Amino acid sequence: MTTMQRLSRVDAINWNRLQDDKDLEVWNRLTSNFWLPEKVPLSNDIQSWNTLTQQEKQLTIRVFTGLTLLDTIQSSVGAPVLMEDARTPHEEAVYTNIAFMESVHARSYSSIFSTLCATRDVDDAFRWSEENPTLQAKSELILERYRSDDPLMRKVASVFLESFLFYSGFYLPMYWSSHAKLTNTADLIRLIIRDEAVHGYYIGYKFQQALAEATPERQQEVKDYAYELLLELYDNEVRYTESLYDEVGLTEDVKKFLHYNANKALMNLGFEPLFPSSVTDVDPTIMAALSPSADENHDFFSGSGSSYVIGKAVATEDDDWAF
Amino acid sequence: MQTADVEAERAVSLVYFSTKSGNTHRFIQKLGLSAQRLPLNREDPTPRVEQPYILVTPTYGGGYAEGAVPGQVIRFLNDEHNRHLMRGVIAAGNTNFGEAYGLAGRIIAQKCQVPLLYRFELFGTDDDVAKVRKGVEEFWKRQAQSLTT
Repeated sequence: MTTMQRLSRVDAINWNRLQDDKDLEVWNRLTSNFWLPEKVPLSNDIQSWNTLTQQEKQLTIRVFTGLTLLDTIQSSVGAPVLMEDARTPHEEAVYTNIAFMESVHARSYSSIFSTLCATRDVDDAFRWSEENPTLQAKSELILERYRSDDPLMRKVASVFLESFLFYSGFYLPMYWSSHAKLTNTADLIRLIIRDEAVHGYYIGYKFQQALAEATPERQQEVKDYAYELLLELYDNEVRYTESLYDEVGLTEDVKKFLHYNANKALMNLGFEPLFPSSVTDVDPTIMAALSPSADENHDFFSGSGSSYVIGKAVATEDDDWAF
Repeated sequence: MQTADVEAERAVSLVYFSTKSGNTHRFIQKLGLSAQRLPLNREDPTPRVEQPYILVTPTYGGGYAEGAVPGQVIRFLNDEHNRHLMRGVIAAGNTNFGEAYGLAGRIIAQKCQVPLLYRFELFGTDDDVAKVRKGVEEFWKRQAQSLTT
């Protein structure tokens, strides 16, 4: 078994001497993506919020408390344990950014609550989150890995949280947005979704670097553990999804979204996707709410063409590319 | 045009860039088509291609046009000779970046007047690989036909 070399002492961080230039690339990406919930005009959603039924309001608040729990775990436990395993001071610094942004995400849900919701309803939902067995089970499955002494599995759990577990929750604001409801809230959630993509990518990249140094037997063992954990989380996630979405009839489409994102989580770890395309065909309106250009067809190969237009060719210089 | 030239054209097929994370590299490996990788280090000289090709590139950044196209790709395309041999572009990305999904591909397509042929996420699913492999082969066949007729 490969033991990871942890940073044994603290030296002043020198960003002009990099061991891994991916650290600086991701640091720059994360810092340029920095945002706060105050920049999103959530109060513009008040009118729209009032068009939701009591049941829809309760569902939305519950979904957001579930997301708050995941962000809290990542901020106060996940990122700090990854910091302990960091192998460069720059990697450690990237995790400090991730830890803080997860706090911003958790804070954002409370901004949504204070802008749109009745205090009593929110208190009820927090109580619900503390008592809901499937929500608590997913939290425990992740925390168990974070508390383990296996640095590789800590990263696996972290990528599954960032790239898979959030999506049963993210589905709902994308759904509302596709129905022209809570569109400012959806804008805020999209900022969170963007951040989580960079987090999952980076932690997955560091995982792959470490895994490559392990023996073939150890690599196989970690891979087996990873798929095992994914399936365990998936089973729980299906139950969580049913408990939330059955009453509004969205469970089956949410499950497709889970499959689609589970595949991406596995890919972030460098593993092959698990779910075939026959079960990842998420409703196109949800995909369009997630990525507005996703509905433009860029599959030129299927003969459906692309949106490019012929114009006059332009000379290319570095400056032109705004690089 | 001679058949030999057509064959030679198809032999080149793809030029691609992939960072250390290797997602695009992995996609290319799965395609199993002949491909030339652009150098990872900015200090290394950018290659010159001699035959038509399709460019495959990841998208950088967190959702802004600025910096979306990797610098190594820009340097390669700043060579007019290389640029004129490009027939299309395929972009990697992540739908989590919203409108900026595969943005590098759209920027290059618009700037260089070539079609954006396809987009895929991370290192692509088996479906993506199958579609692109078939699509690229047919694309070169059509190109060859349009040159011979």
